[in-house]
Amino acid sequence: MPTATTKTIDINVRHVTRLEGHGNIVVRAKDGVIEKNEWQVPEAPRFFEAMVRGRSFEDIQTVVSRICGICSVTHSFAALKAIEDAMDIEVSPQTSMLRLLTHYGEQLESHALHVGYLVAPDLLNQKSVVPLATTHADLVKTIVEIHRVGNLVMEKTAGRKTHPIRLLPGGFSMLPSEAELRELMQALEDTLPRLEALAAAIADVSGKLPSFERDTEYVALVNPPTYPFYEGQIGSTDIEALTPVADFESVVNEYVHPQSTAKWCKWHRESYAVGALARYNLNADYLQPAAASAANSLGLTKGVCNPFLNNVAQVVESFQVVERSLQLIDVLLSTGITEERPRVTPKAGVGVGGVEAPRGILFHKYEFDDDGICIRANLCIPTNQNHANIQLDFEAFVPQIIDREQDEVRHLMEMLVRSYDPCISCSTHFLNVEFI
Amino acid sequence: MMKPRIAIFDFACCEGCQLQIVNMEDELLSLLEHVQPVEWREAMSDQSDDYDIAIVEGSITREEDADRLREIRKRAKTMIALGACATLGGVNKLKNLFELQEVKTEVYGESANLPILETARVQALHEVVDVDYRVEGCPIDAAELTYVIKCLLIGRTPVAPNYPVCVECKLHENVCRYEYDEICLGPITRAGCGARCPSNAYWCFGCRGPVDEPNVHAATQVMEQYGKSVEDLKVKLALFGTQ
Repeated sequence: MPTATTKTIDINVRHVTRLEGHGNIVVRAKDGVIEKNEWQVPEAPRFFEAMVRGRSFEDIQTVVSRICGICSVTHSFAALKAIEDAMDIEVSPQTSMLRLLTHYGEQLESHALHVGYLVAPDLLNQKSVVPLATTHADLVKTIVEIHRVGNLVMEKTAGRKTHPIRLLPGGFSMLPSEAELRELMQALEDTLPRLEALAAAIADVSGKLPSFERDTEYVALVNPPTYPFYEGQIGSTDIEALTPVADFESVVNEYVHPQSTAKWCKWHRESYAVGALARYNLNADYLQPAAASAANSLGLTKGVCNPFLNNVAQVVESFQVVERSLQLIDVLLSTGITEERPRVTPKAGVGVGGVEAPRGILFHKYEFDDDGICIRANLCIPTNQNHANIQLDFEAFVPQIIDREQDEVRHLMEMLVRSYDPCISCSTHFLNVEFI
Repeated sequence: MMKPRIAIFDFACCEGCQLQIVNMEDELLSLLEHVQPVEWREAMSDQSDDYDIAIVEGSITREEDADRLREIRKRAKTMIALGACATLGGVNKLKNLFELQEVKTEVYGESANLPILETARVQALHEVVDVDYRVEGCPIDAAELTYVIKCLLIGRTPVAPNYPVCVECKLHENVCRYEYDEICLGPITRAGCGARCPSNAYWCFGCRGPVDEPNVHAATQVMEQYGKSVEDLKVKLALFGTQ
């Protein structure tokens, strides 16, 4: 514990940069006593859960994809799985494989974007990726190529990089050709050595990541013997038992914190964390070879609780999704693509879809009437689930760094927030806090 | 010659349109040889108070955002509205179909009346300030934004297509989506996307907004020919804010 000092700081970061969405950091200390230490979210709420009411089940995916630009595929899949759950719609194995391939594409694209464009500048002492293009030209080129392949996968399987077009309840409106799958296979094979280069670069600067630890509950999809992103039950590092996705409301337990009007989430403790580090801590045993090797060389081990290592876990997951994508394409090419297009008859029902977004576990729940019109919706976003954990990290971290220069404290707080890869536009579909 | 100073802002949106700028990759670096980005919160930590071109994504959903937009308008010589949320209101406008109080209560329950949860009817940017140029779509196609910026750099007026998506759909030799018993907004939606969705065997949902004077008579005929009603069309139109 730092000794009492005469330290006075006044940090008021409005709209943290290099972050998806609008978040504020407010830290005030006088004579070494911390008076205020808050993570705030002033993003304009859009009220998606209210907005989807009255929409046909056919249009839900189109609307909720627009919750987020970076994880639009994930939102689409959570919605489609919920609709299929509600209306007992089966999907073919081919559809499942293609969806997983699309999903992996988004993980790769999002992780490359986050680690390469938004976090790397901090580790390399720049304000953005723009100057890095001059100071670290090769590295930036590598990151851009990795990002491009993630986008290519989504384009070829879902019709577009952002806001997928081909996704329907029950399947796809159009399928990739075998030639396109071969193109993807080549691009993904070329990505592995680039990921090695990225991992090496991160390992070089990993000393810049603060060694801050706080014992944390981690929550993610679990589905042995796989490292799941699309299918599974809800697992926690605090308990052995798994919870079905349909019961997610008993997991997220939204509550209003007495000191704030933000709705937070908790399960077995006052907060929990979701995201790459959570997935890693729960599923590391099932990593593919190159991913496991990368984890090793990056010094990641099961049970770590340093939030800054979330970005290291994202690099490891990038290997994982590339290796798995290559396996999927292999299977698809051997079985061949069968032309199929779903035709669905709606019916009344309630359904839940749970999938892993790049930044954590996401739940969509909908209720439909006999004509397939949405009556009610409940969406629980990964970043929402992280807000409470970020706040508690603030409370543990600030006392440890309070003696440093104000600017350094501010920068470290920003890096802490960025490590979570928050997607604030997503989380403010139903959450808004602004007070100073 | 001074490079024009460009700033990028966003309001209520998913930031997917800004992501298309990031997705430009090499082309972005090439573009940066001709313009100087002075503020772009999502990707840079620099900030600035004056700019030549303001690119704005997102809708206006609160009075404080309308104020912030007016402030940006004062400081920018040219304002470009980026994407459906900014040009039309986008999916955000679905909220306008409901009573505001009811929407807040549905989502926040008993916390609904807290002052910080204030929300207003959703507006596109041009409903609050004058907008000089619009790049349509959800998301935008970065090529269209590049086109607008290039025009501004050489002093030419950018032109957006004023014919419906059907024209591009036919050029792609697609079978009409109405033949598949779907309701497609192509007949009244502004082209420029290359009929991307119908080319992916998916109906057009009008994310680029209507052409200037939609041929409603012809659209009605198409609806009747395929046994659909204009009511069906209106339900689909609400998705991206076209009223």
